[in-house]
Amino acid sequence: MTDDDRVFRALSDPTRRHLLDQLFERDGRTLTELESELEMSRFGVMKHLRVLEEAGLVVTRRSGREKLHYLNPVPIRLIHDRWIDKYRERQVSALADLKSELEETA
Amino acid sequence: MTTMTEQGTQVYSLFIRATPEQVWDGITKPEFTTKYFHGTKIESTFEPGAPYLSVAGDSNDTLVDGEIIESDPPRLLRHTWRALYDEATAAEPHSRVTWEIEPQDGGVTKLTVTHDQLEAAPKTAVSVAGGWSYVLSGLKTLLETGEPLEST
Repeated sequence: MTDDDRVFRALSDPTRRHLLDQLFERDGRTLTELESELEMSRFGVMKHLRVLEEAGLVVTRRSGREKLHYLNPVPIRLIHDRWIDKYRERQVSALADLKSELEETA
Repeated sequence: MTTMTEQGTQVYSLFIRATPEQVWDGITKPEFTTKYFHGTKIESTFEPGAPYLSVAGDSNDTLVDGEIIESDPPRLLRHTWRALYDEATAAEPHSRVTWEIEPQDGGVTKLTVTHDQLEAAPKTAVSVAGGWSYVLSGLKTLLETGEPLEST
């Protein structure tokens, strides 16, 4: 699996997207805090967090006895820069081609 | 949508296909920073206590000031940070930025940027929240391809 595959896989699940949204609202939360907003077992939330961590979307830090979870937005930015920009560019150039074609035939 | 205010710590992490020394150079040499860090030149001797300045490439205005706290090339750089490009953020106290560089298997280096001590600098926290991902993505592209990200 490539890094991109891990990110897309992690984002393919609604619970994991919800966890990222929770961290976007307030970063640096504990498992207990994240779990309290979900109808899911602690073990289930831990599994989802592990997938997010493997994809680099969540980074954990120890603070005393607590493990805090932080949203890492960089992998999403990398996908934006490498995928979305690329296809948007093609769309724009396709429109430019269409314009010149129409103008030539006019 | 809620904003990322009153948050003390932001963490950004990515893998770069480069050596720790190359990543260190990317962070500390102005000829690199102008190509990905909003066109700014870094100015510092990187000795503890020395100023850390980020200077606009065109106007020479100081956009960020701070002080080097810790420097251990090519593994760790820690400095304070105050954004001067905006009156509101310039009035806030200094926050802190830590760059951690860790070699991984397969010629890859992990870079983690932690921007913390932002509790008393909420406007700075909002201002940098969108910026770090863009800057770090640009650093990765520059080190891996030799070319800056195209600005769109």
